[in-house]
Amino acid sequence: MTNYILRRLAQAIPQLFIISIILFVLMQAFGDPISTLGGRVPARPEDKARLRRQLGLDQPTYMQYVTWLVGNDWQKIDMDGDGVPETPGKRLGILRGDWGNSLVTRKPVLEMISERVPNTLMLMVTAEVVIIIFSIAVGLYSALRPYSLFDNLVTGLSFVGYSMPVFWLALMLMYIFAVNFRRWGLPYLPTVGMYDPSVGKTPLELIKHLVLPVTTLSVISIAGYSRFVRSSVMEVLGQDYVRTARAKGLKAFTVVFRHALPNAALPFITIIGLDIPFLLGGAVVTERIFAWPGMGRLFIDHTERSDFPMLMGILMLIAITVVIFQIITDVVYSLVDPRIRLK
Amino acid sequence: MANSTPVSLIEDTVVKSSAPLSPLVLGVRRFRKHRMAMFGLGLLFFLVLYISFAGFLSHGYCAPVKKELAGEAWSDCNDTSLKLKPPSKEHIFGTDVIGRDIFARTVYGGQISFLIGIAAAIVEVILGALVGAVAAYYGGWVDNLLMRFTEAMLNIPPLFLLIIGAKFFGGSLPNVNIFGRELTGSVFLIIVIIGATSWGYLARIVRANILSLRERDYVSAARALGASDRRIILSHLLPNTTAPLIVSATLGVANAILSEAYVSFLGLGVQGATATWGNMLDGAYRYLESAPWLWFFPGTMILLTVLGINFLGDGLRDALDPYSTKHL
Repeated sequence: MTNYILRRLAQAIPQLFIISIILFVLMQAFGDPISTLGGRVPARPEDKARLRRQLGLDQPTYMQYVTWLVGNDWQKIDMDGDGVPETPGKRLGILRGDWGNSLVTRKPVLEMISERVPNTLMLMVTAEVVIIIFSIAVGLYSALRPYSLFDNLVTGLSFVGYSMPVFWLALMLMYIFAVNFRRWGLPYLPTVGMYDPSVGKTPLELIKHLVLPVTTLSVISIAGYSRFVRSSVMEVLGQDYVRTARAKGLKAFTVVFRHALPNAALPFITIIGLDIPFLLGGAVVTERIFAWPGMGRLFIDHTERSDFPMLMGILMLIAITVVIFQIITDVVYSLVDPRIRLK
Repeated sequence: MANSTPVSLIEDTVVKSSAPLSPLVLGVRRFRKHRMAMFGLGLLFFLVLYISFAGFLSHGYCAPVKKELAGEAWSDCNDTSLKLKPPSKEHIFGTDVIGRDIFARTVYGGQISFLIGIAAAIVEVILGALVGAVAAYYGGWVDNLLMRFTEAMLNIPPLFLLIIGAKFFGGSLPNVNIFGRELTGSVFLIIVIIGATSWGYLARIVRANILSLRERDYVSAARALGASDRRIILSHLLPNTTAPLIVSATLGVANAILSEAYVSFLGLGVQGATATWGNMLDGAYRYLESAPWLWFFPGTMILLTVLGINFLGDGLRDALDPYSTKHL
């Protein structure tokens, strides 16, 4: 097992290198970050050139990549533009834990990301819990009464849910539960942000603000996953050992929850495990609509300003999480399913 | 569905055993029995009618140019004195932030959204089929290189890749004239970007399929007869993977329409005067309360289209599966 994990980690390293190179090359064509710095754009061309030198943007792409990767503290750089390198470099590179500084705020990328990660996690973990509970409940109920009225209704609804654009669902929910409920004098839900500034950072406020974005994120996933749970439960229920369990007179509850469900849930673990890391950044649209201060918002805000150290940081963090979760998923799968042995 | 009882199955085989049925006939028969697929097809039929012919209903008096306008010109007529008007007799879907008729824009925007969806799916299928086929057929380091690249692409969340792509190729592009319509160049850009970022899963499906196909005797026979690699891949291997290709292409259209809507919603999609269902939504969320018709109509169009395509794709998957005995 340890060998397996170590080998998978070793395989992941070249993969992360490929990802970082693809992304870095794509970002070179993002347009000039200097001209999108907002109100602080230096007017004179020589100031622009100096700023470019200070930020290392005058270097060729491969040198910028090397600097981003392993730093430049082993070389001297030309800061004053006279062609003679004199200032020692200070960057350490991402491999030594220096994720660079944001071009917009000049703050360390890692610091800015870690401010946002808890907010995104709060949204995503809640959504994931809701997704898992509801898709198992709905899928199981459908599988136990296949082709019943409930099952057919759920099948139709899940197609609608699966086809729904995220923003359409979000706007509809906001329109019904925030705008119209307020109009009708009913208790309504807040639409933007995490807290109401006039109330303060209370847990109740947070829960209220979570309801709509979590519903938005969950409905679409539940639609897809519950279909999946339904088909895998139906498959397991048709197997001989379930018939044996029924034949020896076990209660229906025991058959379903002790015998069928654990086996039916196995493939579900893989799907959930591979989807979780995408949740980290998968809520770009939702976070934008609900003005949720998470990673997706951070990404969009900094894309507009071509802040590539920031974007590289966010995307690499997601890529690393994806790779790690792939390994975790495989390991967990082998732990819960004794038929699978990792070598 | 549930009504295909064993009895009818047996009867079917007995009656049809006189003339062997081609896989195509069987597929069509399965498809036509698939109620949800037929519903999806009907829905799409109405949507295609809508974007093709509802344009004849879009005309009106455009105050800024003091002329009676019809067709696409009417959809671009911005009468700022009429901005953000709720649905009425003259503008049945209301007007947008600069006073354009939303009904006309959903018609002409729908044409572009369909164009983007279909063209991007074609790009996706070509890229995915080629990468998957080449990787599986040649194996070795080619396979390794291509699959590591594919995995790297798949490890970045698709929307992020799309945003990076849109930004990478962005900038001002010349207008293009196609089918007598003047389109901004960004339409084609979006097609290429969506196609180029979505082929990963398809490449893996094709690769898995061809890995098993290339060991078949008929491929060895073709090789022994001196067929070139190109010929084997294009006329022996790929045609045998058409079923997953067709299903992926169909669902790819829905995905591309959604992707366009997402990037446009974030303001990085199709730019300029050309309407798409996606860019009609750009900024519309700011009018959540004051002008819900801004986002409701284009959003619902997207929902209905994607729903129709998903039903259709599901039906095709069942119909094209050669091992399926359902819906006979």
